[in-house]
Amino acid sequence: MTAGPQGRLFQLLRGMTPVLLTLFLVLVNAVPSGLPHFSPLTPTLAMMAVYYWSIFRPELMPASAVFGIGLLQDVISGGPIGLMALVLVLIHGICVSQRRVFLSKSFMVGWWGFMMVAAGATLIGYIAACLYYGTLFNPLPVLAQSGLTVALYPPFNWLFVRAEQRLLRIA
Amino acid sequence: MLRIAMPVKAMAQRFAFLLLVGAATGILILGKADVALMERLRTNVADFLAPVLTALGQPVRATEAVIQNARELLNLREENARLREENARLLSWQDIARRFEQDNARFRQLLHITSDPVSTFISARVVGDSGSAFVRTMLLNAGARDGLQKGQAALGAEGLAGRIIEVGQRSSRLLLLTDLNSRIPIMLENSRYRGILAGDNSDQPRIDYLPANAQVSPGDRVITSGSGGLFPSGLPIGVVASVSDGAIRVQPLVDWHSLEIVSAVRFDLPKPDTGERIGARR
Repeated sequence: MTAGPQGRLFQLLRGMTPVLLTLFLVLVNAVPSGLPHFSPLTPTLAMMAVYYWSIFRPELMPASAVFGIGLLQDVISGGPIGLMALVLVLIHGICVSQRRVFLSKSFMVGWWGFMMVAAGATLIGYIAACLYYGTLFNPLPVLAQSGLTVALYPPFNWLFVRAEQRLLRIA
Repeated sequence: MLRIAMPVKAMAQRFAFLLLVGAATGILILGKADVALMERLRTNVADFLAPVLTALGQPVRATEAVIQNARELLNLREENARLREENARLLSWQDIARRFEQDNARFRQLLHITSDPVSTFISARVVGDSGSAFVRTMLLNAGARDGLQKGQAALGAEGLAGRIIEVGQRSSRLLLLTDLNSRIPIMLENSRYRGILAGDNSDQPRIDYLPANAQVSPGDRVITSGSGGLFPSGLPIGVVASVSDGAIRVQPLVDWHSLEIVSAVRFDLPKPDTGERIGARR
């Protein structure tokens, strides 16, 4: 009898793994790393997580959750509120509609896809930020940041695959 | 599980997507129009998150401390020799400073100069970094209950880091002097020319509004001028890094990546004889 509610709670938490993991990454992202010259050049971990889960487990990463994660990131970063929400929702939208292209393809295809999606979403974010502040930002830091995000994708992909296998695939 | 027909599901998804893209854009526009609302939202969330971020930063700080310890142990002998030498030099400086202090007090008395406003310092830990390409801010784990106020100057170990722009109960946000929106009244230490230090998200902010005849050369020290009464005057900021036609760039003294603790300067201007209190924002 006791296994019932506990089992259901466990099931619920398991289902929330992608969203909780992404929220955790948003917080980790904000912790000062103490690495030289790293601060303006931080990879956007939420982008990787939203990309992965929107392709492989879209039912566990609903658009509304993506929107909330983006808002949280905006609030923490001190930037325009809604900017990251817009970027992440766009990534989610592209991934969900194109997931057939990436599903069951090799990791390299997934990485390449992430590069394309991240580049597109970053460009839109850049334009939105320029409009918001009414100035033309130097595109170099933006390029460096998204480049770093793409370059650091493989270890996080590995982490997501592990999380999926451990928590979600077991019956 | 109920199986929804594929086209209906796809349409619902598309609708949700468009709705959320619209909502994000709407919030962006709203944030531009109603700054106070977004600020309140941000400070409330930051108040809630500051303890979480402090806890998350603990392992990073612990690792750094271990590395730091190891490095210090390795260089113990050299460091000792260096410090002994420095101590000898500083002791002679101390003598000079004492003499100047006495002289100064005497001159002030002779000239009946009103005393400088008293500054006190409030320390806060940096718990969050913006990690965005568009803003340069940091989240601090001290707020209104610790005595922080909007507009206060915040110092790193080496010099000015920026200005407090948002204050919650137990958290606040520091706008770095390199941020696009940062404007700080400055003065060249030796020539006393005044200008405005304007950030542009690059590592080296530029000086605007210097008098046209001002002589500036690389290496000149830049300090706060105290104009506007928001900051105390004389806080060290940086040194002029380059002077090319139209742009004077300043290299801030603050070492951004080792900035762990900042000190907010609590500073009240002396009350003028008439009128209300200036400077201090209540």
